[in-house]
Amino acid sequence: MSTVAVIDYGMGNLHSIAKALQHAEPECDVRVTASSDSILDADRVVFPGVGAIRDCMQALNQSGLSGVITEVAKTKPFLGICLGMQALLTDNEENGRTQTLNIIPGHVVRFAECLHDSDGNILKIPHMGWNQVHQMPHPLWENIAQDSRFYFVHSYYAKPDNTSVVAGTSEYPAAFACALAQQNIFAVQFHPEKSQAVGLQLLKNFLHWDGKL
Amino acid sequence: MSLAKRIIPCLDVDNGRVVKGVKFVDIRDAGDPVEIARRYDREGADEITFLDITATHDNRDTIAHVVEQVASEVFIPLTVGGGIRTLDDIRRMLNAGADKVGINSAAVFNPDFVREAAERFGSQCIVVAIDAKKTSQPDEPNRWEIFTHGGRKGTGIDAVEWAKKMVAFGAGEILLTSMDRDGTRIGFDLSLTRAISEAVSVPVIASGGVGNLGHLADGIIEGKADAVLAASIFHFAEYTIQQAKEHMAERGIEVRL
Repeated sequence: MSTVAVIDYGMGNLHSIAKALQHAEPECDVRVTASSDSILDADRVVFPGVGAIRDCMQALNQSGLSGVITEVAKTKPFLGICLGMQALLTDNEENGRTQTLNIIPGHVVRFAECLHDSDGNILKIPHMGWNQVHQMPHPLWENIAQDSRFYFVHSYYAKPDNTSVVAGTSEYPAAFACALAQQNIFAVQFHPEKSQAVGLQLLKNFLHWDGKL
Repeated sequence: MSLAKRIIPCLDVDNGRVVKGVKFVDIRDAGDPVEIARRYDREGADEITFLDITATHDNRDTIAHVVEQVASEVFIPLTVGGGIRTLDDIRRMLNAGADKVGINSAAVFNPDFVREAAERFGSQCIVVAIDAKKTSQPDEPNRWEIFTHGGRKGTGIDAVEWAKKMVAFGAGEILLTSMDRDGTRIGFDLSLTRAISEAVSVPVIASGGVGNLGHLADGIIEGKADAVLAASIFHFAEYTIQQAKEHMAERGIEVRL
């Protein structure tokens, strides 16, 4: 039976992600954990997070988990979600440019204020709700229809330096990267644990993924 | 490709049972919240909101158990409102599996509570619920005031100014209920919805007064709402969420089908 560690560093409630992983693959041993040993020992790692990036980095640095994350992100099937995706990039304009883990080179920037949709209405920030995700080929999209809708809630988005890591895009109103893939890492801005059937399918795909393309 | 407008069924929960009052008087029993939430999820609800109307503080654990049960099998965003007064109340609901909490009267009595809550838990989970009632006369420019105690007590606070202030304090979303329309089934107060939606940068959920599917679409098209919330039209199975979405799609609204 394979094990998946959900990294608990005090940023947000991990109930949903743990329940969703368990629901997606009842055979899997899901561990919500803050222990380096337990994370290093798991077959797969999920790195979630909600809230502000500065608090996130502070929590990671204080708990000593930054090093562990950098380590497992090189070796195991690794899924970053929301802030757990943003933290993988180099830096983030939130809270006056916060340095992040620099595992995927690039920046995280805020949606511009006062953008309009095609009907002339102001686009609200945060980008909140169900938006379509345009997939690039990757094993984690298996059995998920192209342009399916996933649930988002965020005000910042990733701009990776190397566009070849982009595994999915959404539009608000311009296209932005909402899924990144780099070797054994897959990272998404949306919340698969809140995206009903398509989200559960993505989690299931992750729990069966060997980390290879 | 763009962001879908959301349909959010709301469950008014009293002591663990779903009820729906007409102007808070005639309360009808509509069933088991977990069962109903399951059905809404199957029908394609974009989120589910629980409004705890349990009067006594002792029974507050009941709603946490309901949320916990729903969150174990329904994987869409869940919001809990009603009686959220302290950071501990918020923590308890988030730990039970809620993604967002609705803060209503506590924000009116202590606006800084919204700021503290947003700083602690992030704006993404703080929904400020605004109950507004029209106080202007027919020959005057529109003015709406914030009311508390289920629409019985006026506060003198202007609703549009209040919405802007709550967003400045960290609200990530506004749940706007017209107390004139709540329970009437004659449609949203569209001018109120539009006034608030155009005044704030965050998403606005229109609530209060939905009696048919056309009202939902009107809330989006004319009210400029980002999401629409309704209770009774879905509870008693007059319409399914799927029918509501099909109707909205026919009116040219982008929905998740």
